[in-house]
Amino acid sequence: MKESEVPQDDANMLDGKLREPCYALDDNGKYTTVRSVGWEPKNIVMQDAWDAVYEKVAETKNRVKAGELSPIAYYMEKQLMDTSVLAAYTGFFRWTVKRHLKMKAFKKLNDIKLQKYADVFEIDIETLKNLELQ
Amino acid sequence: MAIEFQHQQSAHCENGVTSNLLNFYGIQLSEPMIFGIGSGLFFTHLPFAKVNGIPVTSFRPMPGLIFKRASKRLGFKVQKKKYRNQKTAMSALDALLKKNIPVGMLVGVYHLNYFPTAYRFHFNAHNLVVYGKEHDTYLISDPIMETPTTLSYAELQKVRFAKGMFAPKGHMYWAKKIPDEIDLKKAIVKGIRKTAKDMVDIPVPLVGTKGMKYLAGKIRKYPVKYGKRRAAQYLGQIVRAQEEVGTGGGGFRYMYAAFLQESADILKQDWLNDMAKEMTEVGDIWRTFAVETARIIKDRSALEDAYNKAADILVRIAEKEDVIFKRLKNIKE
Repeated sequence: MKESEVPQDDANMLDGKLREPCYALDDNGKYTTVRSVGWEPKNIVMQDAWDAVYEKVAETKNRVKAGELSPIAYYMEKQLMDTSVLAAYTGFFRWTVKRHLKMKAFKKLNDIKLQKYADVFEIDIETLKNLELQ
Repeated sequence: MAIEFQHQQSAHCENGVTSNLLNFYGIQLSEPMIFGIGSGLFFTHLPFAKVNGIPVTSFRPMPGLIFKRASKRLGFKVQKKKYRNQKTAMSALDALLKKNIPVGMLVGVYHLNYFPTAYRFHFNAHNLVVYGKEHDTYLISDPIMETPTTLSYAELQKVRFAKGMFAPKGHMYWAKKIPDEIDLKKAIVKGIRKTAKDMVDIPVPLVGTKGMKYLAGKIRKYPVKYGKRRAAQYLGQIVRAQEEVGTGGGGFRYMYAAFLQESADILKQDWLNDMAKEMTEVGDIWRTFAVETARIIKDRSALEDAYNKAADILVRIAEKEDVIFKRLKNIKE
């Protein structure tokens, strides 16, 4: 790839926060770096991965509304976590976290335990409890 | 208090931190040089190791290996430490900064607020250098960013103790002994030999050029086995590993070609320039693999033919790289 061929396909993947160095050949056939804002195939692939995340979050939200899953499940998906990451952050066992994802177990949680989840998600307890009202 | 530290952006964080730290001690080596000497080029497909339900394909060795190999081959002694207590980890950092020592460390990227949102997932093996502290703010040289940045005490503590796979546990590292003289030629040859062996000699079907052929075989079965949506996601993951995470394009192939070019001059071996050209061509083919994958993702009705075409590209790459690395394996000083 030549210097002049480095793609600059901006899909705002980098939020304008940086451009990424790409290695490319200059006119003398020597390698140099060119900063790029993006490349279409890469943008498509990244967008697809994020779409999958959003779909899962929306689906989880519906299941919370249906009373099947707890708000913890929603915030976990929203923050791209799985039960093992959430267990590590809260200090609960993974099987405990899995139980708390069910609405039935969630309703019995005391404020101390809820606070642990709220801290990890960086929200307050009320927001955590009242997801279905939003 | 700020240390006189020169920040240089790089494509890949581990190369960048190594290069910037060495530069601080007066050893100027480019990112491709560090990458090549540290044997950063690799390939593996692990169908049983899944992240978010998608099998892992990687174009690099385990996090930390590039730094470890490069520093060892250059004779650079490094001190490393992990911490159980978060406050202790922060005071240990402060103590080093007071002694004017820039400190490299591992962090999680999910809570790195200066990162673009699209890159903030629970990946815990990102490298950066802390080179100063002003009041409650740490001065950060993050090689992914164009310019130096900052993090507050609380923010830095949080990313140093991110949780999940590869949890950094406050891991930090700094230079203990700087070599008087560097045998660059020897380091380059060692780096190339290791990469070449990893790519063609490991008798396991999951790594190196064998791994690419193995993956090609899997890809052919994707649409039937997993259905279109999941098959496209599986394929997309490969391209994300290839292009997204700071490879400089073409799954590190262009960066490696740049390394071969520099090495040709240093070792005075012109054939390495030809190898660089070959490597560039392979990089171009890797890019066509990405183009093909993007086409499949965009056109959800993609047929098995499209997957076969992508797999064919991989086989072609594997065959080309097989020839390149078998030649590179015989490099002498």
